[in-house]
Amino acid sequence: MNIAIRSLLEVQETTLLVAQAARRLFRRPAYIPEAITQMDVIGVGSLPIILLTGFFTGGVLTLQTFPTLKYYGAQDQTGYLVALSLVRELGPVLTALMVTGRVGSAISAELGSMVVSQQIDAMRALGTDPVRKLVAPRILALLVTLPLLTVAADVIGIFGGGVVATTLYGMSSGTFLSSVRYGITFDDIIGGIIKPLIFGIIIGSIACNKGLQTEGGTVGVGRSTTSAVVTASIVVIVVDFFLAKALQVILDMPAS
Amino acid sequence: MATTNLEVTDAAETSSTEDLQVSDAAADSTFAEVDDRERIKPAIEFRDVHLAFDDRKVLDGLSFKVQRGETKIILGGSGCGKSTTIKLVLGLLKPDAGQILVNGDDITNYTEAEMMKVRKSFGMIFQEGALFDSLSVYDNVAYRLHEQGVPEEEVEQEVRRMLHFVDLEDAIDKMPIELSGGMRRRVGIARALVGGPEVVMFDEPTAGLDPPTARTICELAIKLRDLEDVSSIFVTHEMNNVSYLTSEYAAVNEAGEVIFEKEGERLCLTNTKVLMMREGRAIFSGTDEQLQKNDDPYIKRFLHGR
Ligand SMILES: Nc1ncnc2c1ncn2[C@@H]1O[C@H](COP(=O)(O)OP(=O)(O)O)[C@@H](O)[C@H]1O
Ligand SMILES: [Mg+2]
Repeated sequence: MNIAIRSLLEVQETTLLVAQAARRLFRRPAYIPEAITQMDVIGVGSLPIILLTGFFTGGVLTLQTFPTLKYYGAQDQTGYLVALSLVRELGPVLTALMVTGRVGSAISAELGSMVVSQQIDAMRALGTDPVRKLVAPRILALLVTLPLLTVAADVIGIFGGGVVATTLYGMSSGTFLSSVRYGITFDDIIGGIIKPLIFGIIIGSIACNKGLQTEGGTVGVGRSTTSAVVTASIVVIVVDFFLAKALQVILDMPAS
Repeated sequence: MATTNLEVTDAAETSSTEDLQVSDAAADSTFAEVDDRERIKPAIEFRDVHLAFDDRKVLDGLSFKVQRGETKIILGGSGCGKSTTIKLVLGLLKPDAGQILVNGDDITNYTEAEMMKVRKSFGMIFQEGALFDSLSVYDNVAYRLHEQGVPEEEVEQEVRRMLHFVDLEDAIDKMPIELSGGMRRRVGIARALVGGPEVVMFDEPTAGLDPPTARTICELAIKLRDLEDVSSIFVTHEMNNVSYLTSEYAAVNEAGEVIFEKEGERLCLTNTKVLMMREGRAIFSGTDEQLQKNDDPYIKRFLHGR
């Protein structure tokens, strides 16, 4: 089988998994406690690394853009640039990548181990549908928590940018904040929320699918985990481009 | 293969054909004389089942029946398709060709949702235990009841009863990782037996266990067969398991204790049959005595190790 057909098959499988999970989400018994546990693991658990990376990303954005802006005499716009980059692009993408690394790998490894130790078979034998019990709560949890994490990354990133601007470059916090407020529009925020919703589905479905497709013992678990992280990261970045374009058209953003 | 068509529930059938079918079934049934018509239908039937993984043929025209209340011991070397066979019964895998019947219903083309209903009356003990390692022993055994939303007092009562049955009451709060191989296997048995399944499938339940523990597990299977009227498939390649299962029976004495007696003058066991598989095919099907007398060189080598 060549790579093109294999990737197409994988896209099909992953899409089917999402469809199944979506349909089963509303059937009884609903696995609400599982979903809440996953939200805790995924959302609350990822918050520290998201805050840490968000803070430093915002900081480095200021660090790099301030001198350039100053050269053009536009250093007052630092907050604008930092906020725009974060809310539109870096916040969603960075959060998605961090969550892929932390959560996508864990989901894939967990489901993969369950496959190779026959726990998935045991679950089916005991009358539980693994898609409903394992896949749906995880995708749902990502769907709910990824936008929240993204917002957290945006806010802490802007804060980090502000800290660097005020401490290293002696900007007044008032100037920084007002340029931030000037920079972000309502459409940016909407776009910044829509993206993580879609990334959540991408990460959850790829990680679950790779995990459930695991073959060949412990080595297979490693293989599917790696493959889940790599695939999900690539898909997030590629989809981000097309989403950005689509959002520009839909929300009528300035295409500059 | 001469498939015996056992659709006795069909109301349109005349009594004469029914009689014919009953005697037909009786030919290879453990229960030549039964009043309960439902019992005539085999609990499990395979008809010329084929299955291949990629290019590798794993089952190559496998046919057999497990009658109600019967224990079918499946013997065969590693990789001959024993685990695959019992996974097919539960619909965990689907055959490429052939039919699989459960209680007379053809489940071959059942969807996953339909299979879920069939699985309710089955208990399966996996080769490696397959315990949920994120759940405690209690939650593992309670799994099925928790899924059905049974009230917690009832769950606890049933879990304690099942753990008592497998003699593991002390391990109730342990995690699977803390258990020995034999204990894990017994938790797997307790989990499979919750809810009183009609058919239980054991996949090499004694492999890698010390003889006394292996004996305990065989006793559990005997108890299920003789005291709980459970049909079962018992996959093994250990000959002492075969001799326990084919020569001993469980009874309850005056004091209410379960005792195990050897067959002999008083009773001759007929409810345990042996199926021998080789390369995805049944090469022997019959009683233990017939197996011992068989002079196929492969079977002889399997029984005696040379
Ligand atoms: N999921 C699978 N994919 C590919 N091959 C498999 C799979 N499961 C089992 N097999 C192969 O099928 C054959 C029979 O396996 P199995 O039924 O587990 O044998 P056993 O009789 O030892 O239980 C083995 O050769 C095994 O390698
Ligand atoms: Mg096996």
